[in-house]
Parts: sequence; C-alpha cells; structure tokens
Amino acid sequence: MFLWTSVIPFLVVGLLWLLIRHALRQPLWAEASSRIKKNRMALVALTIICAYGGVAFVDAVSWKDDKNSPAKSVLDRVFAKMPVEETYSAPMAKTTTGVPHPKPLEGKHLFGTDGNGRDVLYQTLRGCKTALIIGGLTTLISLPLALLLGMLAGYYGKLVDDGIQYLYTVLDSIPNILLLVTLLMVLGNGLDKICLALGITTWVGLCRLVRGETLKHRDREYVRAAKSLGVSDFRILTRHILPNLLPTVIITVTLGLSGLILSEAILSYLSLGVTNETGSWGNMIDAARVELAREPVLWWNLLAASSALFVLVWAFNVFGDAIRDAIDPRLRS
Amino acid sequence: MLRYVLRRLLYAVPIILGVALLTFLLFYSTSTPEQMAVRGLSAKNPTQDQIQAWIVQHGYDKSKSEQFKKHVGEMFLFRFGKSDITGESIGARIREGALPSALVAGLIFSGSVFAGIVLALVAAYYRGTYMDRLITLTCVLLMSIVSIVYIIVGQYTLSKVLKLFPVAGFADGLEAWKFVMLPFIVGVVSGLGRSVRLYRTFMLEEMNQDYVRTARAKGVGEKSILFKHVLKNAMIPIITSVVLSIPFIFLGNLLVESFFGIPGLGGMMVDAITNQDFAVVRAMVFLGTLLYIVGAILTDVCYALVDPRVRLE
Repeated sequence: MFLWTSVIPFLVVGLLWLLIRHALRQPLWAEASSRIKKNRMALVALTIICAYGGVAFVDAVSWKDDKNSPAKSVLDRVFAKMPVEETYSAPMAKTTTGVPHPKPLEGKHLFGTDGNGRDVLYQTLRGCKTALIIGGLTTLISLPLALLLGMLAGYYGKLVDDGIQYLYTVLDSIPNILLLVTLLMVLGNGLDKICLALGITTWVGLCRLVRGETLKHRDREYVRAAKSLGVSDFRILTRHILPNLLPTVIITVTLGLSGLILSEAILSYLSLGVTNETGSWGNMIDAARVELAREPVLWWNLLAASSALFVLVWAFNVFGDAIRDAIDPRLRS
Repeated sequence: MLRYVLRRLLYAVPIILGVALLTFLLFYSTSTPEQMAVRGLSAKNPTQDQIQAWIVQHGYDKSKSEQFKKHVGEMFLFRFGKSDITGESIGARIREGALPSALVAGLIFSGSVFAGIVLALVAAYYRGTYMDRLITLTCVLLMSIVSIVYIIVGQYTLSKVLKLFPVAGFADGLEAWKFVMLPFIVGVVSGLGRSVRLYRTFMLEEMNQDYVRTARAKGVGEKSILFKHVLKNAMIPIITSVVLSIPFIFLGNLLVESFFGIPGLGGMMVDAITNQDFAVVRAMVFLGTLLYIVGAILTDVCYALVDPRVRLE
C-alpha cells in the first residue's frame, strides 16, 4: 500500500534542493556560500542539521503493509525488532530498574528504556521529525503572512500602514507566552495547532522588520525608476523589493528556528504540547521531572532528549550566525 | 515630559481596547455558553436546568455586544470575577501572588542584567582574544539549552545532591531568602547567554565610534574609556532590550514559580492552564498586557532620561 502523505518529505527535500541550486547562480548567494564554506563551525552545524533532517526524513517516509495495519515509517521498521520491556532500564543494562523484582531484559538498549519499556534511542530519534516540523511549518505559516502584510504596510503607507500597524501592535502588546497559551487553550492540542499558534505569535516581529525594510527601499532610485517606466505595483513588490528583503528575512528566520524548537519543550511542560504518541523531546524532558526524584535516579531519558534538543538548537544558532556573517558582514558581532 | 507621558497613555487606550476585543473573541466566541457552563460546573454532572441557571447567572444569555461591554468594563475596573474551577476571587489571589512574584522576578531581573553587563564588559575589554572567544562560545552553548532543563538540573544538583537549598516552597518575611536563592540562581543562569551576547554586540558597536578614537588620542586609559564612555553609551540599547525582554521574564516566571512552588502569579497561571481555568487565564492575559504596555512607556521615558539626543516632543 502507498500513502500520499509519504510523498511530502520528498517534495520538501526536492524543493529545497532546487531553491538552493537556483539561488547559487546569483552572485550575492554564491559569494555567501563561498564564505560559509570557509567557516568550519558553520559546516559542522550544517552537517548536524542535515543529519537531523535525514533522521526526520527516514521517519517521515511511511507506508502500510496491508489495508488494516497502521502506517509505519522506515524508522519504525528499523526498530521493529527492538523488544518492548516492562519498565525502566539503564543504558546497556541487563535487568530492569526501579521495581522491587528486576527482570532480565529481552533486548539490548543503547540508551536504556523509559517507563513504558520503550527504547529511549528510538524515542529520541522520533523527536527529530516533530522538532523540524515545528520549526518548518511555523515558518511556512508566519513568513508569507509577515511578508505580505509587511510589504503592503511599508509600500502603500497611510491607511493601509495604520491598519496593519494597529493589528500587530495589539498582538504584540500581549506578552508572547500568554498569547501562545491562550491560542492553544482555545484551539486545542496537536502538532498542527501548535504550529498555527506559534505562527500567529511569531509573524509580528518579522512583519515589523519587513515593513521597516520596505520603507527604506520604497524611495530608492531603482524603485522610482521602475515606477516611472510604468511597472505595476505588484511587479515592483515581487520582482524588485522582495529580492532585496530576502537576505535580512533569511537571517532572521534561521536565527528564529532555534527559538521555535525550544518552545516545544516549554509547551510540553505547560501540558499544551504534542500528544504522547507523537515522539517529542519536550514530553521526554517533562517526564524526567518525576524520574530524577526517584531512587535510583533515572537520568537517561532526560539526558538523551535534552542533548538531542541541545545539539539541534546549537547547530541552528551557529548556522544562523554564519549565514548572517556571510550575507551581511556589516552585522558581524 | 508630563505631556509626553499623557500622550503615550492616551495612545495606549485603543491598543488595550483591541486586546480586550481579541481576548473576547478568543474566549467567548470559540466556545458556546453551554460548553462553558459544563466546564464551569464540571464536577457536578449538570442537568439542563443547572446549565441554564449558570448561563443566566454569568450573563451569557445577553447579546454579544452587551457581553463585550461588560467584559471591557470589568477589565478596566480590574473586576476579574471568580475562578471557573475553584470559585475563588481572582482579584484577591492576584493581590496575594503579586508580592512573591515581584520579589522573585525583581531579583532575577536585576541579577541577570548586572551579570550580563559585567560579563559583556569583560568580553569587550578582552575583545579579539581567547577570553572573548571563550565567552561568546559559552554564550551560544548556554542559549541552546532549554530553560526547563536548567530548572530540572539546577533543582536536582543544588538542592537534592548538594543540599544547599530547600527543593521548593516559600515562606513569608526574612525566611524567604532560602527559598528564593535557588530560583534566583537558575533564573539568572538560564538567561545569561542571550543577554551577554547581545550586550557585547552593543558595546563593540560603541567601541568603533569616533568618540572612542578621540578619547584614546587624548590619552584616556583603556579602562576609563570602557567604563566612562562606552558603558554609558551602550546603556541606551541595553535599556531597550531589557524592557523588550520583560515578556521573557514573565515566561521564565511561569516555569520557575510553578517548579519551585512559589505562590506567585506565574505559578497561578500554570495551574490555571493545566486546569483549563479560562477566567484566570483571561485575567492574567489582560494584566500581563497592561504591565507590558506600561513597561514600554517607561522604556521611552528612560530612553529620554539617558540620551539627551532623544526629544520627547
């Protein structure tokens, strides 16, 4: 059996590849990429991001064996032979822990098992997809909204600007976390709803930036020249101003990804995170609150999830900085 | 100055009205009165009559515009009503929780600003050397750890293993310091990476200004340049970023307070979220927004006090 959703990851990877290929033909991006290639830390970070992406990709490609069975991803199939134990067991241990009568384990678990006896390594790897979806889907929601409204406000000014500014000032004056919590309480739980709520809270900052940049470009000579040649507003915005906004927007979006991924863990603590069936680092870290208080201390769940989260966020931070330095050396800190 | 403050306050009115409308739409229009009644009466397995009585009692049978007027009026008069779940007065709980919250938030806030500025000064003083590189690399590492992990690990190592502080709780009066220390340390450390990196950028920007070169040419010492010239000018962007980070303090407080059992507003908010207590969340959103707007006005005023180039008119 074949599932149409399993095409999406291929589409995403293909589109990204095409976009990068296309961008590299332009001098600005070609130069930026040559600068990044010289930055060793950035290359390490990029490799890490690609590795996480690879795991997420392997976890996203899924199909059904027959009509009635649930769809299983490649990752599920790799770990299919891993037996589910009764309860917690330490990394590489031979028996379960935390129960009066330890039982011998059926399989070897590199990172141990959690309270339900599931392999921690498998759970950690499953978190990659969730984290990248939260980063990616949220950006897909907030970016078009911010670009559209920001460019309209900056370009047309006057009443349009006033209206859009009022809209985002109202949203912005509610502290981010409170708006996020309110939206999620009203929308309900779920990965897609988290992305929507995060999108609604994060587009404001981006929109403000886009508006300011558009305002700067609106009166430049090249825009005025295009106007006097009779180019339509739509074409000026999409063909002339947008490409000039992209460097700033890409820097901000890349640096923002780490924050989005981190917020998943915080939402899990507030019991507004993804459901337990969706593998997520936030849920694993949340479970560790109780586990650390037990005797013997059950530390591996916390360590695995938080280091997976830490490494990905670190990579995005470092790569975001590298992109910023490569595209706009004036901003170098 | 007074005129400016008044104008800013007037400008805030339509914004607050917008927030009131937004919260009204979110809370009142997405669920029907019946659903809210069932939620409000949850434990009692309500009959149809009870639901109807609840709706009439809470005024949900009136028209939407009347409900909105009531909502706005109550918010502006700080009449927050009663909790959906426990039935306690929200206003009284906010008054109780404000002091512990202000204590913890204020300490964390001033501690992290102070530590951030000191470390950023060190990094700026040794700019370009290994010391600077070490500080910036550590900052990125610190920024990449989620705040919950700081809290969990801090609580585990400092109070469970080293037994330096009580695990959680709160006491009134001077005894409070024991309970406040752990949240204080965790709160300051978790925000350090971001602030040091930001402040360092501000300071390095000032380092490249002409007046610094002039000062050096006059023969002013490097230390004096850093503390007298650069620090004063770097304070302007630092003040802005400090106030912009107030919502993040609120976030930190939510987690820190509920984790360490401090009976403040943040802990109350987390309880309300887990219990789906819409009335409390509504009140907190409005209060948080108000604080944020007041904070923004205060920043602009501080801005004018620090920087004589900024004119308020």
